[in-house]
Amino acid sequence: MNFVLLIFLPIMAALFVPLLFRKLKDIHTGWFVLLVPVSLFIYYIGFIKTTMDGGHALSELQWIPSLGISFVSYIDGLSLLFTLLITGIGALVVLYSIFYLDKRKEKLNHFYVYLLIFMSAMLGVVQSDNVISLYLFWELTSISSFLLIGYWSTRDGSRFGALKSMMITVFGGLMMLGGFVLLGIMGDTFSIRELIASSPTFVGHEFFTLALVLVLLGAFTKSAQFPFHIWLPDAMEAPTPVSAYLHSATMVKAGLYLVARFTPIFAVSEVWIWLVAGIGLLTLFWGSFFAVKQTDLKAILAFSTISQLGLIMSLLGAGALAYHSDDPIFKFATFAAIFHLINHATFKGSLFMIAGIVDHETGTRDIRKLGGLMSIMPVSFTVAFIGSMSMAGLPPFNGFLSKEMFLQSMLAIRHFELFNFATWGILFPVIAWIASVFTLVYSFYFVFKTFAGQQKSEPLPIKPHEAPVGMLVSPVILATLVVGIFFIPNLIGKWLVKPAVMAVQPDLYNHPSEVDVDVAAWHGFDAPELWMTVSLVGVGLVLFLTLARWQKMYDIQPEYLSLNALYDSAMMFGEGGMNKLSRFYMTGLIRTYLIYMFAFIASITAATLFIKEAFVVDMDSFSPINLYGVLTAIVLVVAVCMVLLAKTRLSAIIALGAVGYSVALFFVIFKAPDLALTQLVIETISVALFLLAFKHLPSLNNHGQTKRNKIGNLIIAAGVGITVTLIALSAHSQKLIPSISQYYKDTVATEAGGGNIVNVILVDYRGFDTLFEIAVLSIAGIAVIAMIRLKLSRKEESTDENQ
Amino acid sequence: MKTNDVILQTTTKFVFFIIFLFSIHIFFAGHYTPGGGFVGGLLTAGAIVLLLLAFDLKTVQKALPFNFTIVTAIGLLLSFGTAAGSIFFNVPFFTHAFDYFTLPLFGKTSLHTAMIFDAGVYLVVVGAAVTMIQTIGGDE
Repeated sequence: MNFVLLIFLPIMAALFVPLLFRKLKDIHTGWFVLLVPVSLFIYYIGFIKTTMDGGHALSELQWIPSLGISFVSYIDGLSLLFTLLITGIGALVVLYSIFYLDKRKEKLNHFYVYLLIFMSAMLGVVQSDNVISLYLFWELTSISSFLLIGYWSTRDGSRFGALKSMMITVFGGLMMLGGFVLLGIMGDTFSIRELIASSPTFVGHEFFTLALVLVLLGAFTKSAQFPFHIWLPDAMEAPTPVSAYLHSATMVKAGLYLVARFTPIFAVSEVWIWLVAGIGLLTLFWGSFFAVKQTDLKAILAFSTISQLGLIMSLLGAGALAYHSDDPIFKFATFAAIFHLINHATFKGSLFMIAGIVDHETGTRDIRKLGGLMSIMPVSFTVAFIGSMSMAGLPPFNGFLSKEMFLQSMLAIRHFELFNFATWGILFPVIAWIASVFTLVYSFYFVFKTFAGQQKSEPLPIKPHEAPVGMLVSPVILATLVVGIFFIPNLIGKWLVKPAVMAVQPDLYNHPSEVDVDVAAWHGFDAPELWMTVSLVGVGLVLFLTLARWQKMYDIQPEYLSLNALYDSAMMFGEGGMNKLSRFYMTGLIRTYLIYMFAFIASITAATLFIKEAFVVDMDSFSPINLYGVLTAIVLVVAVCMVLLAKTRLSAIIALGAVGYSVALFFVIFKAPDLALTQLVIETISVALFLLAFKHLPSLNNHGQTKRNKIGNLIIAAGVGITVTLIALSAHSQKLIPSISQYYKDTVATEAGGGNIVNVILVDYRGFDTLFEIAVLSIAGIAVIAMIRLKLSRKEESTDENQ
Repeated sequence: MKTNDVILQTTTKFVFFIIFLFSIHIFFAGHYTPGGGFVGGLLTAGAIVLLLLAFDLKTVQKALPFNFTIVTAIGLLLSFGTAAGSIFFNVPFFTHAFDYFTLPLFGKTSLHTAMIFDAGVYLVVVGAAVTMIQTIGGDE
C-alpha cells in the first residue's frame, strides 16, 4: 500500500468536519474525528515488526521531481515511535476533548479542523525523508499551533500567545530552511538518507558549521530551548487538550526529533555536542528552577515541559559522544533520551489532562486558591500523583528508570576527554543534580498544593466535584502506562526504543538487538546514581517543605530584565520602526507613488541603455514618411499640448481622447488592424469612464502642488518619454536574435489551428499572460467596488453621527 | 434641468444591437481575422456604456438584470477551467485542442478550446468594465 498518502488522511478528514458539525448537531463532532487517529494508530502498529528487525518501510509520492522535491514516507524506528506517539496520544486527546469542549458552546468545527491539520503536519514532519517537504510540514505545525493557541480568539492572552509562538517558531523554521538548503548544496540531494550516506564528506566544508547552527536554531525554537522557551508558557492559553497534545507530547518534540534525525550527520562536530548538550542542560535547569515560581497549574506544567525537553535534548547531545569514543558508557545516553521521551509523553500528557479537569471542575487553575481536592476528586488525584511522582523520578514509575539513566549518562560525561570535556565535563552531573532537585520540588508542588491540605476559605468559582468518566478515561490510560512501563521497560525497549536508537545512530549498530542496554530499577548499593537520587530526594523534600519561605526570592528578578520583556520590546521596536519607515515613503498620495515608479523606470533603463552601450539608431530600417503619418503626428502633438495647457478638466479629457484616437490612426496606417480596433474601443470607453468619474475629481487648479513639484514632474515626465523613445529606436535598430514572428507564421495554422496571429498569441502562445491579465482586471473591478462602497458606508456612518 | 434625449434614445435602441451583434461577430472571428474576446468584450461594454449615457442607470439595470460581478467570476472560472482542463488529459497546463468538423449550415468549421478560453476573457472584460462603470456612475 502507498502509505505516504496516510499522512494526508487527517487533513482530508478535516474537510468533512464542518459538514458533520452542521448536519449532525446532536452527536459531538469529536466522535467522528476520533476514528482518524485510532485507525492510523492501529495501522502503524503493524510496522513494529519491520523496525524491530532493523528494517524500514518506504513510500514515495512525487511532487516537484524536477527540483528533487517529493513526499516520502520513511518509516524506521525513530519515525515509527513518533508516529505512534502522534496517533496514540492524538486519539486519547480527542477522546478527552469530547468531554472537555461543550458541543453547544464551542466552535468545534474550527477546533477539529485545526487539530486534524496539525495531525497531518506532524505525521509529515516525522516521516518525511525529503528536507523540503519536512520544512513544509514543519511550518504547517507552527501555523496549526498558532490557530489552536488562538482558538479562543476573543481573549487578548490567546492572541498574544498565538502570535508569540508563531513569531518564534517560524523564525526558527526559516533558519532551519537555510540549514537544509546548505545541506542540499553540500550533499547535492534533499533526501535525508542520502545526506546521511554522504555526510563524511561534509566535515570541514565551509558551510558545515553554519548549516549545523541553523538546523539547531530550528530545533531549539520548536522544542522551546533556552532562550527561545518563552513562547511555551504563553501558549498555555490554548484549550487544555491542545496543550496536552501539541505543547507537551508532540509538537514541541519535533525539535528533539530533528536533532535525533540529524545526529548521524552532525554528531562528529564538537559544536554540535556542546550546543545540544549544553543548551539542553541549561534549559533543564532554567525550566525546573522557574517552574516553582509559577502559580498557574498549566504554567507549572509548561515550565516543567521546557525543563524535561531540555533533559532529553542534553541526553541527545551526550549520545553524540558515542561517535568519538568506543566506551560503552556513552551509549546509554541515546537510549535514555528515547526512553524518557516516551515516558515524558505518558506522564506529562496525563498531568495536563488533570490540570484541565481541575480547571473544568473548579473554575480556576490558580494554585493559591486550590487545595484539599483529594477527597472530592480521588481519581484525578491518583492520576496526578502517579504522573507527578514519575516526573520527580521516583519508583515505581517509569520516570524513575529514565531519570536514573539520565544521571548515569551525565556521570559518564566526566570520563570523556576530548573537546575540553576533561575540564568542564564535571559541570554536567552537578547541574543535572541541581535541576533534578527542583524537578522534585515542582512535582510535589503541583500535586500536593492542589490536592492535599485544607480547602481554602475562599469558595472556588464552581463547586468542585469529580470529573465525568469520559474525561477520566484518557488520563487513566496514560497513568496505567506510567506504572506499566516501570515493570516492562525492556519490552518497551525492544519494541520501540532500540529500533529508534538504531535509527539515530545507524553507523554504530547493524541490528536493534546490538543496542546493549538493559534497563533495571536496581543497580546495587555501589551505583553512584542511586546515591544521587537519594540525596536529591532528601534535599528536594526539605526545599519543598520550606517552600513558603523561599518562594518569594523569585520576586527579586525585576520584570524588565526578563526574556519576555526583551521579546516584547523587540516586537514593539520592530513594529514601531517599520511603521515609521513605511510612513516615511508611503505618503498616501498617488502622485508620490507615480513619481517613484516613473523616476525609477526612467533612470534605471536609461542608465542600463548607456552603460551597456545599447543605444544605436539605424535610420535605414525605418519606414518612409508619408503624408498621413505626418498629419496624424501633427494632430497628436497638438492634442498633447492641449492636454497640458487645458484650463478645465473637460477639455483635457477630450484632448486626451484625441491623443488616443490619433495613436489608433497610426496603427491603421501601419496595418495593425487588431491594435487599431482595440485602441479605438479602449479610447471610447476610457473617455466615457473619465466623464463618469468627472464629478468626483477636484478642480484642475487645486492640486496643492508647488512650482517645485511641477518642475520635478516635468523632468520625470520628459525623462520617461525620452527613455521610451530611445528604447524603441534602439530596439528597432538592432536585432541581436532572430525575431520570433517567423515561428508564429510557421506554426499558427498547423500547431494552433488559427489564422490571426495576434489573437492566437493572446489565447494560446502567451495564454498565461492573458490569464493573469483577466485576473488582474477582475481584481481591479472588485477594488473599485470596495473603494466606492467603503466611501458610501462611511458617509452613512457620519450622517448617523450627525443625527 | 431635464434634457430631451429622444433622438439619442431612439438611435441607441437600434445602435446597441448593431454594436452588440458586431461584437459577437468580432469575438467569433478572432482566431482568423482581427478581433477576439478582448475587443469583443470591450465593444459590448461600449454598447452598454452607450445605453447608460442615453438612459439612466436604473433603466439599464432593469433591462440587463445581471450581476456583472458574477459575470466576471464566471468568465474567470471559464478561462481558468479551460487552462486547467488539459491536466486531466495528461498534457501540460494550458494545452489547447482543436479539430475540424463539418457542421450543418456552417460547413467545415474549426472547433477550438481557445474559443472557450476567449469566451472567458470576453465575459471578464464585459463584467469588469461594466462593474466599474456602474459602481462609479452609481456613486452619488
